[in-house]
Amino acid sequence: MKAKHQRLVLALVALAGVAGAGVLAASALRDEAAYFRTPMEIAGGKASVGEAMRLGGMVAAGSIKRQSDGLTIRFVATDGKASVPVEYTGIVPDLFGEESGMVADGRMRADGTFVADRILAKHDERYMPPQMGEMPKNMKAPKA
Amino acid sequence: MHAYANPTRFLAIARPLTPWLLGVGLLLVLVGAWAGVTQVPGDYKQGETARILYIHVPAAWLGMGGWTSLAIAGLIQLVWRHPLSGIAARAIAVPGMLFTALCLATGSIWGKPTWGTWWEWDGRMTSMLVLLFLYAGFIALTNGDGERRGGGSLSRGAAIYALVGAINIPIINRSVVWWNSLHQGPSITLRGSSIDNALLWPLGLTLLGFSLLFGAIVLMRMRRIIADNRVAARLRRLADDEES
Repeated sequence: MKAKHQRLVLALVALAGVAGAGVLAASALRDEAAYFRTPMEIAGGKASVGEAMRLGGMVAAGSIKRQSDGLTIRFVATDGKASVPVEYTGIVPDLFGEESGMVADGRMRADGTFVADRILAKHDERYMPPQMGEMPKNMKAPKA
Repeated sequence: MHAYANPTRFLAIARPLTPWLLGVGLLLVLVGAWAGVTQVPGDYKQGETARILYIHVPAAWLGMGGWTSLAIAGLIQLVWRHPLSGIAARAIAVPGMLFTALCLATGSIWGKPTWGTWWEWDGRMTSMLVLLFLYAGFIALTNGDGERRGGGSLSRGAAIYALVGAINIPIINRSVVWWNSLHQGPSITLRGSSIDNALLWPLGLTLLGFSLLFGAIVLMRMRRIIADNRVAARLRRLADDEES
């Protein structure tokens, strides 16, 4: 075996080792590196009352209710499988709205409501012109 | 391939190629940016802020593509010891870091009006910041040792560092799939694009344009490193002559 080939084999073996270690680390981090928890995870008992955490999900259609103080809103965060009621006092980002994603910092209250200190809007991967966005989904022009 | 590993042959191609890459690249970036700002509609939901994607997306891809080529150059250096591989790795590091920084900066500027925050420690942002630090580490590791090592080759440590750092590239790419994150999932995949065609086409122009600019910067830096090496070699010869 030429020295060149020996080095190639060595480099590839080392690279495979490093890649394997990376995959193991990434899969071990799977839960810990998550930026937020989903309503399903919270329903599954992954949240104790008073623990600081983030909750991410879609704002359920028709669920945003402004309270009488004019500042507090209540809405339901859902991931399609489970939902969590959320209460928040403060200003929300412009893109926060029903049927779009959001991430809330806060903690669970004993009554099962998530009390948020801060709300971020989450954007999805779709980008399109305004005319198409206003059309109902099932009426969207077929793609060329 | 071996033929172009010779610096003299490389220069014969790189010299005439540089102004073309630079000129066409600049033109495409300018046309793409102009089209992105004036010729396409804003996004249905984000409005005008979405237009930053014509800079942000090419910057992200080139930051990641830069490290991928840097790692390949590191591998070639380790295994075949081609004289140009170390020079190429050194040349790629600076524009790679620049585009990574540009990606982080534009992302942050977009994040404030869209998400409501400049920065969050989610998987995508954190792994991209790690890439920036990897570039900084590589530059620090290789800075100024090219002439001493002769021919601009990388030390074994630097070449291994380049290879090990490559593990971060698939992590950046998959970060929005493996972990739930604030950053949205991939818009452009092998299966197509969820960016509507009406908004997509200027991205093709800026992507190609920034890639050509990246290539031009790499060629210019490689030529400079080769020139530095030649000056150093000549000075060394002169010094030896005087001693004898």
